[in-house]
Amino acid sequence: MSIADYVMWAMLIPLIGAVIISRSGHWPNVREAITLITATILIGVVYRIYRCFQFGESEELVLAEPIPGLTIVFSVEPLGMLFAVVASLLWLVTSIYAIGYMRGHNEKNQTRFFTTFAIAIAATMGIIFAGNLLTLFVFYELLTLSTYPLVVHSGNIKARRSGRVYLGILMGTSIALMLPAMIIIWSQTGTLDFTAKGIMAGRISPTWAMPLYLLFILGIGKAAIMPLHKWLPAAMVAPTPVSALLHAVAVVKAGVFSILKITIYIFGPDFIMSTGAGIWIIWLPTMTVLLASLIAMTRDNLKERLAYSTIGQLSYIVAGAVLANQMGLLGGSLHIAMHAFAKITLFFAAGAILVAAHKTQVSELNGLGRQMPLTFIFFAIGSASIIGLPPFGGMWSKWYLALGAVDAGQWAMLAVLMISSLLNIIYLLAIPARAFFPGPNGAADKRIREAPTTCLIGMLIPSLACIYLFFNPEPFYSLAQQATR
Amino acid sequence: MVSQHFGILLVALPLLAAPVAALLPNGRSSWTLVMAVMTLCLPISLSILGDVIDGELIHYELGGWAPPWGIAYTIDGLNALMAVIICMIGTLVTIYGRYSVAADIPENKQALFYAAYLLCFLGLLGMCLTGDIFNVFVFLEISSLSTYALISMGHNHRALIASFQYLILGTIGAIFFLIGIGLAYAATGSLNMADLAIRLSGSEHTKTIHTAFGFIFVGMALKAAMFPLHQWLPRAYTYAPIIVSTFLAGTATKVAVYVIARSVFTVFTPEYSLKTLLNELLIVFGAIAVIHGATQAIRQTAVKPLLAWSSLSQVGYFMMGIGLLSATGLMATMIHMFNHALIKSALFMAAGIFLYQTGSLRIAALSGVGRHMPLTFTAVVIAGLSLIGVPGTVGFISKWYLVLAAVEQQAWWIVGVVVLGSIMAIIYVWKLVETLYFQPTTMPAAPYGTDHIERNPALIVPIWILATACIYLGLDTGMSVGAAKAAVNSLGLATP
Amino acid sequence: MINYISIHWISHYNYWAAIVIAMVGLYMIIGHNNLIKKVAGLNILQTAVFLMYISMGVITDGTAPIAAETFTIYSNPLPQVLMLTAIVVGVATTAMAFALIVRIKETCNTVDEDELLEREGHQNGNVEEW
Repeated sequence: MSIADYVMWAMLIPLIGAVIISRSGHWPNVREAITLITATILIGVVYRIYRCFQFGESEELVLAEPIPGLTIVFSVEPLGMLFAVVASLLWLVTSIYAIGYMRGHNEKNQTRFFTTFAIAIAATMGIIFAGNLLTLFVFYELLTLSTYPLVVHSGNIKARRSGRVYLGILMGTSIALMLPAMIIIWSQTGTLDFTAKGIMAGRISPTWAMPLYLLFILGIGKAAIMPLHKWLPAAMVAPTPVSALLHAVAVVKAGVFSILKITIYIFGPDFIMSTGAGIWIIWLPTMTVLLASLIAMTRDNLKERLAYSTIGQLSYIVAGAVLANQMGLLGGSLHIAMHAFAKITLFFAAGAILVAAHKTQVSELNGLGRQMPLTFIFFAIGSASIIGLPPFGGMWSKWYLALGAVDAGQWAMLAVLMISSLLNIIYLLAIPARAFFPGPNGAADKRIREAPTTCLIGMLIPSLACIYLFFNPEPFYSLAQQATR
Repeated sequence: MVSQHFGILLVALPLLAAPVAALLPNGRSSWTLVMAVMTLCLPISLSILGDVIDGELIHYELGGWAPPWGIAYTIDGLNALMAVIICMIGTLVTIYGRYSVAADIPENKQALFYAAYLLCFLGLLGMCLTGDIFNVFVFLEISSLSTYALISMGHNHRALIASFQYLILGTIGAIFFLIGIGLAYAATGSLNMADLAIRLSGSEHTKTIHTAFGFIFVGMALKAAMFPLHQWLPRAYTYAPIIVSTFLAGTATKVAVYVIARSVFTVFTPEYSLKTLLNELLIVFGAIAVIHGATQAIRQTAVKPLLAWSSLSQVGYFMMGIGLLSATGLMATMIHMFNHALIKSALFMAAGIFLYQTGSLRIAALSGVGRHMPLTFTAVVIAGLSLIGVPGTVGFISKWYLVLAAVEQQAWWIVGVVVLGSIMAIIYVWKLVETLYFQPTTMPAAPYGTDHIERNPALIVPIWILATACIYLGLDTGMSVGAAKAAVNSLGLATP
Repeated sequence: MINYISIHWISHYNYWAAIVIAMVGLYMIIGHNNLIKKVAGLNILQTAVFLMYISMGVITDGTAPIAAETFTIYSNPLPQVLMLTAIVVGVATTAMAFALIVRIKETCNTVDEDELLEREGHQNGNVEEW
């Protein structure tokens, strides 16, 4: 099979899985086995794509041509390859975890949950391998739609209200800002293909650069740049594996991935640099990093705190893209992978705490470390990686982002990076600290036990990855380097 | 050769069948006749479209009388596409009617209903196909009169009142149109549209011509339910029987929009229209219609008025596309007319299925119904997404061309309006979807048992044909975009 | 001046008449609540259009358009033919309108628009029932 076939299978396999899962609702064991098998096959397919890609195979897969001259097309490039590896690995991990969580928590509508989850992965694969902006847009919207049932999973008023915010912001911004930007580029340049060095230089007046870039940065609501971040905390009502999907595997990563891809392959870093489009826009992610960290400190609800942490971390990636120099883009791309592994650990830990101890507030966690030592150790590892401490993978992406800021002379951004890391320590590492060193009034309920085994396995894998990636950040480093060269 | 006469056959077949349908003893046999007519008309219209899509024109002179004295049918991509829309919606609505008419219309009136339905169908087809502007008036009245009858067959007295109000407004519109034709004839001495165009371009633009243009436009704007002449539409669509709303929503306003487009682009060239206030009027009122219609749709508490107001919002898009007076704008309008016919008919059909199953169309009464009617619900989601303009559906293609047309002229505020309209569409579509599926319900696990209406293919097959088309034609746009291009080319405009 | 007025204004008196009649018709449609009077207004409006068309076809000193050898100047027959069609349409519309009015009278027992709307207002709670 050629690389194009594999790309098609990467999208079809989760879809086929979704169909089988939706038909096997009466036999939970079969259903969950199918989920795991599908996820494993997907990893195999992505590995095949990676091998083909390394051998330099490149072939486009054209599905349809809805607008004359503009196709639904898929192709493989390094940045997409990077994200594909992250997403396929973490889907398996999330599935393992979700089985334990959903059973431990007695959630309803589990079949719908696993089905839509698989569809969301298929949509993510579509975004990953999109060969032009139109294709990316199509699957971007599909991802929004397929994750909507996950957000409103419980169906109560709060969930439905959150669902409205979720859909309203994500779909609203993409239609209001991203679609017009896309059409303007199409009408000016006559192409939307992702091309190395971008398609804008020489075809479009430099005065367009900044407004268009701003339309994309804000139009890709999934990147959760303030003031369009509200959907992410709102989506916290969803079950924890969904939060993990949103935060680590698919949704937000699809957002920042789109921004990186548009920066590199539509605008072209050189075009952004030469037009100075990023000079003012960089303040958006910079301020978001700072504000999100500050807000996170004030939140007592664990998942909400993590949500604001995600908002901050995403803006690191966006800032890296907007810097548009090699180090910045490299750091941003790497951070997709690094943050994914770290944040998924944190969310799984939060979910494990909810399942095992039924606690949602940070202030209730005093002394819980005695009962759930493993969970909190994993939490600490994830936190350290997010903060950027050695020996954890998160250090590398921060390192390159800082280098990028220095290269660009963005001292303010450098300062914000550093301040934010300090704030991260306060609001993230404080949690395991509280659990292990409860202080005077801190004895926890003795009946609480450690989380279910599948949950623990789910946490173990990404936290080991966090450590492993410090010593050997492959294949992500080389892929990121290829993308940004 | 029969194929020479295809153009006239489309009108003649239903015209001949209508009185027969009225005389048949019961609804079932009339239905069979109507279905037979439809199955003939649909392939004919498709074959006509196939003939003209390469840019050829079909001329047909009625009775061999040459224009400008005789009536001639001139068919290009524009009217061929309209004919396909009408025949397609007509066929699907007829299939749907097998159940729907039996449920909504008293047995003794079903044959008459089908006769009126055929007349309405042929009137709309005639308006699209004819090349003679007075003939347009005649067909307009044929379709309007039968429409009044169809609407009045709704369940309660409000349908009668809605029908009467529509009759008054519709007739005023038709009379305005007639005055416009008269003035144009006085100024040029011709009624053939192509001939009129030639004579008008040669003559001075006198007050008579301006007045004629104004009257024609206002008359048709009334039939098209263009803001602010839209008052009749929400009530008419709300109180008419489901099958009538479905058919009209898919076809009626679009035909009037077609006549406006034809007048603007063929009869009075775009250059002339630019000198008048027309394009500003179309764009400004179109924009107001988009926003106003969507606002009202959001406020509705029942499905049918919600869909009716949403239709008005879509008419705004048609108007803006024409008002841009460019090739891309006209293409956008044509493609959107085609796409909206698919979308809105599917949604009205779904409304009917919910009504037949639950007995109510208040949104609040439908909470959780979608979970028990997955087939209908999925079709609603697909059509709803298409209405919003989500990529991968037909709605996206029309939005794309409309925004492209606005971007070409750097009319940023139009882009803003289109975008705002789409976002408001998200709100009202999601209001439906959320209630139908995600709201908790007190219903038992299988509330409908063996009476489950989704087992009836007459209801499910047409709605799913439309829903599938919403996606398939959103990816393979050869037919809609191709016909739009052929039309634009035949009008002498350069396509993008 | 007088000449100008007589050519441009007075000699076109039939058009002025058409305008006046049209306004009378429109006023009746708008100003009256009685549905039957509205239909009457509609008919008057149509009559104005007939007058306009027929005036258009007239040729000074022309006769009726009958094929006969002695007359060479005759009015344009086309507008007259068109108006025959329009009259037919008008009759059909009127018949349709009266049929509706009969049905409305039967079900609501009134032909006054205000009363009808008021009645709907009373049931306003479920106007949107559909």
